[in-house]
Amino acid sequence: MTATLEADAPAPAGEIPSFTVTLRVRRFNPEVSEEATWEDFTVEAHGTDRVLDALHKIKWDMDGSLTFRRSCAHGVCGSDAVRINGRNRLACKTLLKDVNPDKPITVEPIKGLPVVKDLVVDMEPFFASYREIMPFLVTTGNEPSKERYQSPEDRARFDDTTKCILCAACTSSCPVFWTDGQYFGPAAIVNAHRFIFDSRDEGGSQRLEILNDKEGVWRCRTTFNCTEACPRGIEVTKAIQEVKRAMITRAF
Amino acid sequence: MPTAPAGTLYRGREGMWSWVAHRVTGVLIFFFLLVHVLDTALVRVSPEAYNAAISTYQTEIMGLGEAGLVAAIVFHAFNGIRILLVDFWAKGPRYQKTMLWVVIGLFVVTMAGFLPRHLINVFTGGH
Repeated sequence: MTATLEADAPAPAGEIPSFTVTLRVRRFNPEVSEEATWEDFTVEAHGTDRVLDALHKIKWDMDGSLTFRRSCAHGVCGSDAVRINGRNRLACKTLLKDVNPDKPITVEPIKGLPVVKDLVVDMEPFFASYREIMPFLVTTGNEPSKERYQSPEDRARFDDTTKCILCAACTSSCPVFWTDGQYFGPAAIVNAHRFIFDSRDEGGSQRLEILNDKEGVWRCRTTFNCTEACPRGIEVTKAIQEVKRAMITRAF
Repeated sequence: MPTAPAGTLYRGREGMWSWVAHRVTGVLIFFFLLVHVLDTALVRVSPEAYNAAISTYQTEIMGLGEAGLVAAIVFHAFNGIRILLVDFWAKGPRYQKTMLWVVIGLFVVTMAGFLPRHLINVFTGGH
Protein backbone atom coordinates (compact mmCIF):
# COMPACT_ATOMS: atom_id res chain seq x y z
CA MET A 1 0.00 0.00 0.00
CA THR A 2 0.98 3.56 -0.59
CA ALA A 3 2.08 5.65 2.34
CA THR A 4 -0.63 8.29 2.26
CA LEU A 5 0.46 11.85 2.85
CA GLU A 6 -1.66 14.56 4.41
CA ALA A 7 -3.29 16.52 1.64
CA ASP A 8 -2.23 19.91 3.04
CA ALA A 9 1.28 18.89 4.02
CA PRO A 10 4.07 20.44 1.96
CA ALA A 11 5.22 18.05 -0.69
CA PRO A 12 8.45 16.50 0.50
CA ALA A 13 11.14 15.44 -1.93
CA GLY A 14 10.39 12.13 -3.58
CA GLU A 15 6.66 12.36 -3.05
CA ILE A 16 4.74 9.85 -5.09
CA PRO A 17 2.85 11.78 -7.76
CA SER A 18 -0.90 11.54 -7.56
CA PHE A 19 -3.43 11.77 -10.37
CA THR A 20 -7.14 11.35 -10.90
CA VAL A 21 -8.33 8.25 -12.62
CA THR A 22 -11.76 7.15 -13.79
CA LEU A 23 -12.84 3.59 -13.23
CA ARG A 24 -15.68 2.36 -15.42
CA VAL A 25 -17.10 -0.49 -13.39
CA ARG A 26 -19.58 -3.05 -14.65
CA ARG A 27 -22.38 -3.05 -12.06
CA PHE A 28 -24.96 -5.77 -11.67
CA ASN A 29 -27.44 -6.21 -8.86
CA PRO A 30 -30.16 -8.79 -9.50
CA GLU A 31 -32.28 -7.28 -6.72
CA VAL A 32 -32.45 -3.98 -8.57
CA SER A 33 -32.30 -4.84 -12.24
CA GLU A 34 -31.70 -7.77 -14.55
CA GLU A 35 -29.52 -5.51 -16.65
CA ALA A 36 -25.86 -4.88 -15.97
CA THR A 37 -24.79 -1.27 -16.35
CA TRP A 38 -21.59 0.74 -16.42
CA GLU A 39 -20.86 3.22 -13.69
CA ASP A 40 -18.01 5.72 -13.65
CA PHE A 41 -16.09 6.57 -10.50
CA THR A 42 -13.35 9.17 -10.42
CA VAL A 43 -10.82 8.73 -7.69
CA GLU A 44 -7.54 10.30 -6.64
CA ALA A 45 -4.73 7.78 -6.96
CA HIS A 46 -0.99 7.59 -6.45
CA GLY A 47 1.54 6.28 -8.90
CA THR A 48 2.01 3.22 -6.73
CA ASP A 49 -1.72 2.41 -6.44
CA ARG A 50 -3.16 -0.72 -7.90
CA VAL A 51 -6.60 -1.18 -9.39
CA LEU A 52 -7.60 -2.84 -6.12
CA ASP A 53 -6.67 0.32 -4.18
CA ALA A 54 -8.95 2.33 -6.44
CA LEU A 55 -11.76 -0.20 -5.92
CA HIS A 56 -11.19 0.08 -2.16
CA LYS A 57 -11.42 3.86 -2.35
CA ILE A 58 -14.72 3.56 -4.19
CA LYS A 59 -16.12 1.02 -1.75
CA TRP A 60 -14.91 2.75 1.40
CA ASP A 61 -15.47 6.40 0.50
CA MET A 62 -17.95 6.64 -2.38
CA ASP A 63 -20.29 3.71 -2.81
CA GLY A 64 -20.32 0.97 -0.21
CA SER A 65 -22.57 -1.18 -2.36
CA LEU A 66 -19.77 -1.93 -4.82
CA THR A 67 -19.13 -5.64 -4.47
CA PHE A 68 -15.92 -7.48 -5.28
CA ARG A 69 -13.83 -10.28 -3.82
CA ARG A 70 -10.43 -9.85 -2.33
CA SER A 71 -8.68 -11.51 0.50
CA CYS A 72 -4.93 -11.22 0.81
CA ALA A 73 -4.69 -8.29 -1.62
CA HIS A 74 -1.15 -9.32 -2.54
CA GLY A 75 -1.49 -11.68 -5.46
CA VAL A 76 -1.42 -14.91 -3.47
CA CYS A 77 -5.01 -15.86 -2.67
CA GLY A 78 -6.38 -15.46 -6.18
CA SER A 79 -9.69 -13.87 -5.15
CA ASP A 80 -9.73 -10.70 -7.19
CA ALA A 81 -9.39 -11.80 -10.79
CA VAL A 82 -11.34 -9.27 -12.86
CA ARG A 83 -11.29 -8.05 -16.43
CA ILE A 84 -9.34 -4.80 -16.57
CA ASN A 85 -9.44 -2.96 -19.89
CA GLY A 86 -10.68 -6.14 -21.53
CA ARG A 87 -8.01 -8.47 -20.13
CA ASN A 88 -8.11 -10.81 -17.16
CA ARG A 89 -5.88 -9.54 -14.40
CA LEU A 90 -5.62 -9.63 -10.62
CA ALA A 91 -6.80 -6.23 -9.40
CA CYS A 92 -4.15 -6.44 -6.65
CA LYS A 93 -1.28 -6.97 -9.09
CA THR A 94 -2.20 -4.37 -11.69
CA LEU A 95 -0.83 -0.88 -11.17
CA LEU A 96 -3.14 1.89 -12.35
CA LYS A 97 -0.26 3.59 -14.13
CA ASP A 98 0.28 0.45 -16.22
CA VAL A 99 -3.25 0.37 -17.65
CA ASN A 100 -3.35 3.88 -19.14
CA PRO A 101 -5.05 6.00 -16.44
CA ASP A 102 -5.58 8.83 -18.96
CA LYS A 103 -8.64 7.05 -20.25
CA PRO A 104 -11.39 5.42 -18.16
CA ILE A 105 -10.23 2.01 -16.98
CA THR A 106 -12.93 -0.61 -17.49
CA VAL A 107 -13.35 -3.16 -14.72
CA GLU A 108 -15.66 -6.09 -15.40
CA PRO A 109 -16.28 -9.50 -13.88
CA ILE A 110 -14.46 -12.38 -15.53
CA LYS A 111 -16.29 -13.96 -18.46
CA GLY A 112 -17.94 -17.34 -18.71
CA LEU A 113 -19.02 -17.72 -15.09
CA PRO A 114 -22.41 -16.56 -13.76
CA VAL A 115 -22.24 -13.08 -12.23
CA VAL A 116 -23.63 -12.97 -8.70
CA LYS A 117 -23.25 -9.25 -8.05
CA ASP A 118 -21.04 -6.54 -9.56
CA LEU A 119 -17.58 -8.12 -9.90
CA VAL A 120 -18.36 -11.30 -7.99
CA VAL A 121 -18.92 -14.44 -10.06
CA ASP A 122 -20.04 -17.90 -9.04
CA MET A 123 -16.82 -19.91 -9.01
CA GLU A 124 -18.50 -23.26 -8.40
CA PRO A 125 -18.38 -24.53 -12.02
CA PHE A 126 -14.69 -23.67 -12.02
CA PHE A 127 -13.99 -25.55 -8.78
CA ALA A 128 -16.13 -28.49 -9.91
CA SER A 129 -13.77 -28.99 -12.87
CA TYR A 130 -10.82 -28.65 -10.52
CA ARG A 131 -12.14 -31.36 -8.20
CA GLU A 132 -12.80 -33.69 -11.11
CA ILE A 133 -9.15 -34.02 -12.08
CA MET A 134 -8.33 -35.29 -8.54
CA PRO A 135 -5.95 -32.57 -7.36
CA PHE A 136 -4.25 -34.72 -4.73
CA LEU A 137 -1.45 -37.26 -4.56
CA VAL A 138 -2.59 -40.73 -5.59
CA THR A 139 -0.41 -43.63 -4.47
CA THR A 140 -0.70 -47.37 -3.93
CA GLY A 141 0.82 -49.72 -1.38
CA ASN A 142 1.99 -48.99 2.12
CA GLU A 143 2.92 -45.54 3.21
CA PRO A 144 6.69 -45.12 3.25
CA SER A 145 8.34 -44.63 6.63
CA LYS A 146 10.53 -41.89 5.13
CA GLU A 147 9.61 -39.07 2.81
CA ARG A 148 8.71 -39.89 -0.77
CA TYR A 149 12.01 -39.14 -2.40
CA GLN A 150 12.07 -36.94 -5.46
CA SER A 151 15.12 -35.68 -7.29
CA PRO A 152 15.42 -31.96 -8.06
CA GLU A 153 15.16 -32.84 -11.76
CA ASP A 154 11.91 -34.70 -11.23
CA ARG A 155 10.59 -31.81 -9.15
CA ALA A 156 11.54 -29.33 -11.85
CA ARG A 157 9.47 -31.27 -14.37
CA PHE A 158 6.21 -29.83 -13.02
CA ASP A 159 7.51 -26.76 -11.19
CA ASP A 160 5.66 -24.32 -13.44
CA THR A 161 2.22 -25.76 -12.73
CA THR A 162 2.67 -25.78 -8.93
CA LYS A 163 2.33 -22.00 -8.96
CA CYS A 164 -1.41 -21.95 -9.68
CA ILE A 165 -3.54 -19.94 -7.22
CA LEU A 166 -6.91 -20.92 -8.74
CA CYS A 167 -7.93 -17.37 -9.54
CA ALA A 168 -9.73 -18.47 -12.73
CA ALA A 169 -8.10 -15.74 -14.82
CA CYS A 170 -7.00 -18.36 -17.36
CA THR A 171 -10.19 -20.39 -17.54
CA SER A 172 -12.35 -17.28 -17.91
CA SER A 173 -10.07 -15.91 -20.66
CA CYS A 174 -10.63 -18.99 -22.80
CA PRO A 175 -12.98 -18.52 -25.80
CA VAL A 176 -13.79 -22.22 -25.70
CA PHE A 177 -14.86 -21.97 -22.06
CA TRP A 178 -17.09 -18.94 -22.76
CA THR A 179 -19.18 -20.85 -25.27
CA ASP A 180 -18.84 -24.33 -23.78
CA GLY A 181 -19.05 -24.24 -19.99
CA GLN A 182 -18.54 -28.00 -19.88
CA TYR A 183 -14.92 -27.64 -21.00
CA PHE A 184 -12.56 -28.46 -18.12
CA GLY A 185 -10.71 -25.23 -18.74
CA PRO A 186 -7.03 -24.34 -18.49
CA ALA A 187 -6.84 -24.21 -14.67
CA ALA A 188 -8.09 -27.77 -14.19
CA ILE A 189 -5.64 -29.04 -16.81
CA VAL A 190 -2.78 -27.11 -15.23
CA ASN A 191 -3.53 -28.73 -11.88
CA ALA A 192 -3.81 -32.15 -13.51
CA HIS A 193 -0.43 -31.50 -15.15
CA ARG A 194 1.02 -30.78 -11.72
CA PHE A 195 0.27 -34.40 -10.68
CA ILE A 196 0.56 -36.20 -14.02
CA PHE A 197 4.22 -35.17 -14.25
CA ASP A 198 4.93 -35.73 -10.54
CA SER A 199 7.24 -38.76 -10.25
CA ARG A 200 5.69 -39.69 -6.87
CA ASP A 201 2.15 -39.81 -8.19
CA GLU A 202 0.49 -42.96 -9.49
CA GLY A 203 -2.83 -41.58 -10.65
CA GLY A 204 -1.49 -40.18 -13.90
CA SER A 205 -3.25 -42.60 -16.23
CA GLN A 206 -6.52 -42.05 -14.37
CA ARG A 207 -6.21 -38.27 -14.78
CA LEU A 208 -5.30 -38.64 -18.43
CA GLU A 209 -8.39 -40.80 -18.84
CA ILE A 210 -10.54 -38.04 -17.31
CA LEU A 211 -8.98 -35.37 -19.53
CA ASN A 212 -9.23 -37.53 -22.66
CA ASP A 213 -12.93 -36.67 -22.56
CA LYS A 214 -14.70 -34.80 -25.35
CA GLU A 215 -14.67 -31.79 -23.02
CA GLY A 216 -11.09 -32.41 -21.98
CA VAL A 217 -7.75 -31.23 -23.34
CA TRP A 218 -8.74 -31.74 -26.97
CA ARG A 219 -11.08 -28.75 -26.70
CA CYS A 220 -8.02 -26.51 -26.38
CA ARG A 221 -7.61 -24.35 -29.49
CA THR A 222 -4.28 -22.84 -28.43
CA THR A 223 -5.44 -19.23 -28.39
CA PHE A 224 -2.85 -18.46 -25.68
CA ASN A 225 -5.29 -16.17 -23.85
CA CYS A 226 -4.71 -18.26 -20.72
CA THR A 227 -0.92 -17.96 -20.87
CA GLU A 228 -1.24 -14.23 -21.34
CA ALA A 229 -3.76 -13.85 -18.51
CA CYS A 230 -2.03 -15.96 -15.84
CA PRO A 231 -0.95 -13.65 -12.99
CA ARG A 232 1.60 -16.26 -11.89
CA GLY A 233 3.28 -16.44 -15.29
CA ILE A 234 2.47 -20.11 -15.78
CA GLU A 235 2.89 -21.20 -19.38
CA VAL A 236 -0.62 -22.59 -19.37
CA THR A 237 -0.92 -23.47 -23.04
CA LYS A 238 2.43 -25.26 -22.86
CA ALA A 239 1.17 -27.34 -19.91
CA ILE A 240 -2.02 -28.24 -21.81
CA GLN A 241 0.04 -29.21 -24.84
CA GLU A 242 2.26 -31.42 -22.64
CA VAL A 243 -0.82 -33.20 -21.31
CA LYS A 244 -2.04 -33.70 -24.89
CA ARG A 245 1.27 -35.21 -25.88
CA ALA A 246 1.43 -37.38 -22.75
CA MET A 247 -1.95 -38.77 -23.71
CA ILE A 248 -0.64 -39.80 -27.10
CA THR A 249 2.78 -41.04 -25.99
CA ARG A 250 1.49 -42.98 -22.97
CA ALA A 251 -1.26 -44.61 -24.99
CA PHE A 252 1.21 -46.32 -27.34
CA MET B 1 -24.35 6.65 -16.97
CA PRO B 2 -22.04 6.05 -19.90
CA THR B 3 -23.55 4.13 -22.72
CA ALA B 4 -21.37 1.20 -23.52
CA PRO B 5 -21.99 -2.15 -25.14
CA ALA B 6 -22.99 -5.07 -22.97
CA GLY B 7 -19.54 -5.97 -21.77
CA THR B 8 -16.43 -5.36 -23.76
CA LEU B 9 -14.73 -7.60 -26.25
CA TYR B 10 -11.98 -9.66 -24.65
CA ARG B 11 -8.71 -8.10 -25.70
CA GLY B 12 -6.82 -11.22 -26.65
CA ARG B 13 -3.49 -11.04 -28.37
CA GLU B 14 -1.91 -12.66 -31.44
CA GLY B 15 -2.94 -16.16 -30.38
CA MET B 16 -6.62 -15.32 -30.05
CA TRP B 17 -6.84 -13.37 -33.30
CA SER B 18 -5.00 -16.05 -35.24
CA TRP B 19 -7.57 -18.49 -33.87
CA VAL B 20 -10.41 -16.20 -34.97
CA ALA B 21 -8.88 -15.89 -38.44
CA HIS B 22 -8.39 -19.65 -38.57
CA ARG B 23 -12.07 -20.18 -37.75
CA VAL B 24 -13.28 -17.61 -40.27
CA THR B 25 -11.12 -18.96 -43.08
CA GLY B 26 -12.13 -22.50 -42.13
CA VAL B 27 -15.83 -21.68 -42.43
CA LEU B 28 -15.24 -19.91 -45.76
CA ILE B 29 -13.39 -22.92 -47.11
CA PHE B 30 -16.17 -25.19 -45.90
CA PHE B 31 -18.79 -23.22 -47.83
CA PHE B 32 -16.61 -23.19 -50.91
CA LEU B 33 -16.19 -26.97 -50.70
CA LEU B 34 -19.94 -27.39 -50.27
CA VAL B 35 -20.63 -25.42 -53.45
CA HIS B 36 -17.72 -27.08 -55.20
CA VAL B 37 -19.02 -30.57 -54.45
CA LEU B 38 -22.47 -29.53 -55.68
CA ASP B 39 -21.28 -28.01 -58.96
CA THR B 40 -18.91 -30.89 -59.62
CA ALA B 41 -21.78 -33.28 -58.96
CA LEU B 42 -23.57 -31.67 -61.94
CA VAL B 43 -21.23 -33.70 -64.15
CA ARG B 44 -23.31 -36.66 -63.10
CA VAL B 45 -26.41 -34.85 -64.35
CA SER B 46 -24.91 -33.93 -67.68
CA PRO B 47 -21.65 -32.38 -68.91
CA GLU B 48 -23.71 -29.52 -70.41
CA ALA B 49 -25.23 -28.68 -67.04
CA TYR B 50 -21.75 -28.71 -65.52
CA ASN B 51 -20.39 -26.42 -68.22
CA ALA B 52 -23.34 -24.07 -67.79
CA ALA B 53 -22.75 -23.86 -64.05
CA ILE B 54 -19.01 -23.33 -64.44
CA SER B 55 -19.47 -20.66 -67.12
CA THR B 56 -21.46 -18.54 -64.66
CA TYR B 57 -18.29 -18.38 -62.57
CA GLN B 58 -16.32 -16.61 -65.29
CA THR B 59 -16.95 -13.10 -64.00
CA GLU B 60 -14.77 -10.46 -62.34
CA ILE B 61 -16.67 -10.79 -59.07
CA MET B 62 -16.08 -14.52 -58.95
CA GLY B 63 -12.45 -13.82 -59.89
CA LEU B 64 -12.10 -11.65 -56.80
CA GLY B 65 -13.88 -14.36 -54.83
CA GLU B 66 -11.30 -16.85 -56.06
CA ALA B 67 -8.55 -14.52 -54.87
CA GLY B 68 -10.25 -14.44 -51.45
CA LEU B 69 -10.58 -18.21 -51.47
CA VAL B 70 -6.90 -18.68 -52.21
CA ALA B 71 -6.05 -16.17 -49.46
CA ALA B 72 -8.23 -18.11 -47.00
CA ILE B 73 -6.68 -21.45 -47.94
CA VAL B 74 -3.11 -20.14 -47.84
CA PHE B 75 -3.61 -18.66 -44.36
CA HIS B 76 -5.47 -21.70 -43.10
CA ALA B 77 -2.77 -24.02 -44.39
CA PHE B 78 0.22 -22.16 -42.99
CA ASN B 79 -1.50 -21.43 -39.68
CA GLY B 80 -2.55 -25.07 -39.50
CA ILE B 81 1.12 -26.05 -39.61
CA ARG B 82 1.77 -23.52 -36.86
CA ILE B 83 -0.97 -25.07 -34.70
CA LEU B 84 0.49 -28.54 -35.29
CA LEU B 85 3.87 -27.26 -34.16
CA VAL B 86 2.34 -25.61 -31.10
CA ASP B 87 0.84 -28.95 -30.10
CA PHE B 88 3.58 -31.36 -31.08
CA TRP B 89 6.84 -29.46 -30.96
CA ALA B 90 8.00 -29.03 -27.36
CA LYS B 91 9.16 -25.47 -27.97
CA GLY B 92 6.09 -24.60 -30.04
CA PRO B 93 4.11 -22.74 -27.37
CA ARG B 94 7.07 -20.52 -26.62
CA TYR B 95 7.56 -19.56 -30.25
CA GLN B 96 3.89 -19.26 -31.19
CA LYS B 97 4.08 -15.49 -31.83
CA THR B 98 7.23 -15.81 -33.91
CA MET B 99 5.60 -18.61 -35.84
CA LEU B 100 2.53 -16.44 -36.46
CA TRP B 101 4.74 -13.75 -38.00
CA VAL B 102 6.37 -16.44 -40.13
CA VAL B 103 2.88 -17.56 -41.20
CA ILE B 104 1.96 -13.99 -42.13
CA GLY B 105 5.26 -13.59 -43.99
CA LEU B 106 4.72 -16.78 -45.97
CA PHE B 107 1.14 -15.68 -46.64
CA VAL B 108 2.30 -12.33 -48.05
CA VAL B 109 4.98 -13.97 -50.19
CA THR B 110 2.57 -16.58 -51.55
CA MET B 111 -0.14 -14.04 -52.29
CA ALA B 112 2.38 -11.67 -53.89
CA GLY B 113 3.26 -14.45 -56.28
CA PHE B 114 -0.31 -15.46 -56.97
CA LEU B 115 -2.39 -12.28 -56.96
CA PRO B 116 -0.83 -10.27 -59.87
CA ARG B 117 -0.99 -13.23 -62.24
CA HIS B 118 -4.49 -14.18 -61.17
CA LEU B 119 -5.92 -10.66 -61.30
CA ILE B 120 -4.39 -10.02 -64.73
CA ASN B 121 -6.08 -13.20 -65.95
CA VAL B 122 -9.39 -12.21 -64.38
CA PHE B 123 -9.50 -8.64 -65.66
CA THR B 124 -8.07 -9.26 -69.12
CA GLY B 125 -10.22 -12.29 -69.75
CA GLY B 126 -7.25 -14.56 -70.28
CA HIS B 127 -8.53 -17.56 -68.34
